[in-house]
Amino acid sequence: MKKLSLLLWVTTTACAGEPSLERQTTLRNLLNHDCGACHGLTLKGGLGTSLLPEALEGKPDEFLISTILEGRKGTAMPPWQPLMTHDDAAWLLSFLRTTSHK
Amino acid sequence: MNKTLAFLALFLSFNTLADPRATGDLGIVIEREDGNALIINTTDHKRLAKIEKLGDLSHASVVFSRDQRYAYIFGRDGGLTKIDLLKDAIDKRIIQAGNSIGGAISQDGKLIAVSNYTPGGIKVFSSDNLELVADIPSDYGDGQRSKVVGLVDAPGQRFVFSLFDAGEIWVVDLKNTKTPIVKKFPNIGKQPYDGLITPDGHFYIAGLFGEPGLALLNLWNIDSGVKRILPDYGKDDEKLPVYKMPHLEGWAVAGDYIFAPAVGQHKVMVINKNTWDLHDTIAVVGQPVFVMARPDARQVWVNFAFPDNNHLQIIDVKDLSLRKTLTPGKAVLHMDFTPRGEQVWVAARDDNQVVIYDTESLQEITRLPAKQPNGIFFSSRAHKIGL
Repeated sequence: MKKLSLLLWVTTTACAGEPSLERQTTLRNLLNHDCGACHGLTLKGGLGTSLLPEALEGKPDEFLISTILEGRKGTAMPPWQPLMTHDDAAWLLSFLRTTSHK
Repeated sequence: MNKTLAFLALFLSFNTLADPRATGDLGIVIEREDGNALIINTTDHKRLAKIEKLGDLSHASVVFSRDQRYAYIFGRDGGLTKIDLLKDAIDKRIIQAGNSIGGAISQDGKLIAVSNYTPGGIKVFSSDNLELVADIPSDYGDGQRSKVVGLVDAPGQRFVFSLFDAGEIWVVDLKNTKTPIVKKFPNIGKQPYDGLITPDGHFYIAGLFGEPGLALLNLWNIDSGVKRILPDYGKDDEKLPVYKMPHLEGWAVAGDYIFAPAVGQHKVMVINKNTWDLHDTIAVVGQPVFVMARPDARQVWVNFAFPDNNHLQIIDVKDLSLRKTLTPGKAVLHMDFTPRGEQVWVAARDDNQVVIYDTESLQEITRLPAKQPNGIFFSSRAHKIGL
């Protein structure tokens, strides 16, 4: 039963689409600080690559979402799957693609 | 009227008398998001001044002049700022690269070296006027340039650093700044992520991210080359995700032991300094980031990567046991000890606080407000090799 409710929870979050406003704030904070630790506060890159819109241009959504969720082998990019859903990652990606950072 | 004048003169002279400030118990707290540096006093637990507009300080570090009057702040955006701790003001500020990670001050205090990601290499400046005195690009392979990490000063007016992408360690001798002598050690291992020099200046060690083990260079005998230590450590264990690169600054050296963060494991490694074998491991709550010894090395304080970064754990070196787990606040990013270690200042970024602890009782003494603090650096670093 516990498993079923967990499954149900996972399914509902997966179908929920865009994260709640509260979750969006958490994700932005995560992006700023934790992604920023390697990709820079301005996201122009550091130990990690640049995450500015022009750097992501031409790279397919699913490729970048799976990079966020599963990490990238042979690099320092860790899998964020334990900490976020597919929808979270998709939202982060659209945020990165459309937002011009300071 | 005369009386008023006399009073005024007296008042003014008192003012001048009150003005001189000693700098041996000062420090800098970095406010990440706003790009500010707070000048603080560790004896009075006071904020003395705020220096603003220092650029991107998301990964800032600070070194101090040997007279402890100036702090040099290295920003992520390549900014290098010299701050006058007596005047609460910027003495000079330059943008020396596009993307940088840290810096060091030379043995004689006359040179400031900065390690850069873009364009990769180190640049060396006069500590007096921040004029460029040497530029050493980190060229490797087929015209590539590597990101530079783990830059430290070493005895003999040298700087030592690691090339993240190239897997090399370089030693630069700057006795003559016009003709720097660079000695390169290739194939030291994959992705060195940071380096440290032991407090006696004897060994440089680079931590490896891309493969197990550490790269060790004996600076008393650099011709013997770089040797791999702990090559088998964690080889067969599943590597846990690392959400923040560990640091090796302030690596704890206590007696025969060196304490270091394990990469991809929630453990602190205890390495025997005589044999360079693993003596023990200590299980901790998360991926260790800073593993720092109290100045007397009786305790080792450990903070952690996201998502365990609200914790701080204290190891008792006497029996290698975990003495206590503290929760100072959200996102504990950095700490520094007072010169002789009776107190430690801890940056809790997401709580906008600096928390000060008594290291003996492990009780909180007080808190100071700071906006998203991510780095704490005391002027006592001025006289320590490698800091």
